[in-house]
Amino acid sequence: MDIKSMKNYLYWLYCQFELITCSYLMEPWEKLLFYTFNITMLVMVLYTAYIFVSVHISTAFQFFLHLFGNQHENTVSVVK
Amino acid sequence: MANPSAVCNGHLHHHHQKQNNLLKSGICKKNGITKGIKKNGISNGTLYKKKFVEHFEQAPMYVAVFTFLGFGVGTIFGYLRDFMRAWGLEKRNVATEREQQKDFVPLYQDFENFYTRNLYMRIRDNWNRPICSVPGPQFDLMERVTDDYNWTFRFTGRIIKNVINMGSYNYLGFAETDVNALKTVTIELQKYGTGICSTRQEMGTLDKHVELEKLVATFLGVEDAMVFGMGFATNSMNIPALVGKGCLILSDELNHTSLVLGARLSGATIRIFKHNNIQSLEKLLRDAIIYGQPRSRRAWRKIIILVEGIYSMEGSIVRLPEIVSLKKKYKAYLYLDEAHSIGAVGATGRGVVEYFGMSPDDVDVLMGTFTKSFGAAGGYIAGKKDLVDFLRTHSHSAVYATSMCPPVAEQIIRAMKCVMGLDGTTQGLQRVRQLGKNTRYFRRRLHEMGFIIYGNDDSPVVPLLLYMPGKIGAFARRMLEKNIGVVVVGFPATPITESRARFCVSAAHTREMLDTVLNALDELGDFLHLKYSRYSKSSHPELYEETRLELED
Repeated sequence: MDIKSMKNYLYWLYCQFELITCSYLMEPWEKLLFYTFNITMLVMVLYTAYIFVSVHISTAFQFFLHLFGNQHENTVSVVK
Repeated sequence: MANPSAVCNGHLHHHHQKQNNLLKSGICKKNGITKGIKKNGISNGTLYKKKFVEHFEQAPMYVAVFTFLGFGVGTIFGYLRDFMRAWGLEKRNVATEREQQKDFVPLYQDFENFYTRNLYMRIRDNWNRPICSVPGPQFDLMERVTDDYNWTFRFTGRIIKNVINMGSYNYLGFAETDVNALKTVTIELQKYGTGICSTRQEMGTLDKHVELEKLVATFLGVEDAMVFGMGFATNSMNIPALVGKGCLILSDELNHTSLVLGARLSGATIRIFKHNNIQSLEKLLRDAIIYGQPRSRRAWRKIIILVEGIYSMEGSIVRLPEIVSLKKKYKAYLYLDEAHSIGAVGATGRGVVEYFGMSPDDVDVLMGTFTKSFGAAGGYIAGKKDLVDFLRTHSHSAVYATSMCPPVAEQIIRAMKCVMGLDGTTQGLQRVRQLGKNTRYFRRRLHEMGFIIYGNDDSPVVPLLLYMPGKIGAFARRMLEKNIGVVVVGFPATPITESRARFCVSAAHTREMLDTVLNALDELGDFLHLKYSRYSKSSHPELYEETRLELED
């Protein structure tokens, strides 16, 4: 039952996507072109995110750690 | 006549006097605000005798974003298809010049028809559908299919029967084929035939026209009337006869093409005021009187205000009491086009003048058509006898256009007599009441369901907003699958982001038909996600009816 309503919901979402982007009006070869373009763009974005985001996050984390580490040392020295 | 000195001296004194007499100052306006006693829930208490409720709700922002997205994708693919057509990768279905003419000045402007070629063509099967029965509350449709994506159609030979008609302007239900109802029309058809073969001024004025004109004048409560063969031509041919160079036309933003064409043909200066916006109109009137004609600064020969009774794309009703008070204050003329409102509003069907409880003497030129509520064809202009006598000699339509044919005139006569009650029955009054009931029920249910509906609560024209171009085609096709015929309107006729489906409620619709349509709309609204309204009322309206003070956004 849950699977069926999930499938209906996904089908409804797909219909909404078709209506909003006017792909409901397109001929089949135009739809193919449009979906290919969209899926290619999406895959490229996800791939870029996968490759680069982890590197960026770890660099940023290190930078902040360094900043806080320095500050901690500074305060310690002032108190002393 | 707009005479500056009269306005500056005489009128200012008159205005000042009225200020002291608040109780009778229904007409008095100061800075556009009426100083009248306010009654419960009614603003402009002394001008409007009942609530004037209009809705023009704006959809959430994401809807506009998606609409532009849809048009953007459509445009990109339009460019792609045009490119393919230009380079011969695809067959060209539009008109092109012959090879020998390629070096000449181009005959067909390619880009102008971009929208038609690339977006309209894709959903073209929703318009120009041929019907094969009388357009009553239900009609029969000829089924047609397309093999090449709407460039050509072919008929399968099958007829879809009893499609519920929500698109015809059949407000009082006079588009009928009942033999008893059409008895007099049949007699006149056999007596006069169908052709007139002449214009009004030559040999085309029959006794039927004289009878009809007297009846129209009695119906509206004016001195005299004149009828013409075509409603569009009534506007476009008579406005040039009434105004000319040196006159000023103040026309509403959303006026019909016939009014715009008539105004342009007349050669007068045209200024546009915002739709139903009294402040905008008053500002234009004041500027016109203060500054006069553009270069010579002389007073305008005439100032005429062109408005419609009900605007067919918005469903809004004109603010007649305020416009009449303005016209009296600034001494302008008023031309009221009651194409959709005659027969459809008002307690006895006499149009917006009766709806607001005003006298027909307040409006200088009353114009209307017989196409909508009377089930015939043609138009009329009514008013003072001097005006109509002038038009009989000076109107282009009277001199050059064929007059109305007798069976059609007889249909109008019998329909009008029915509405006035002169045929001895109360059928006419029942039709008017039924239309009012149907209108209110339909609008109330649509508001409750959560659709965005434009227009006045009492207008039988109901535009339902669809917004996105993809939904226009989907909506019309799915409604036809459910056996309901609707009219959808898109870009050139409406603003680009506000495409809509327009329903015309009729007195001939039964409660069951309206319920069928409403249930279909409910289902379709959920499927297509059309219920954008943020103010939908609950389904227990009796809790809200009495205490509602209308606050409009």
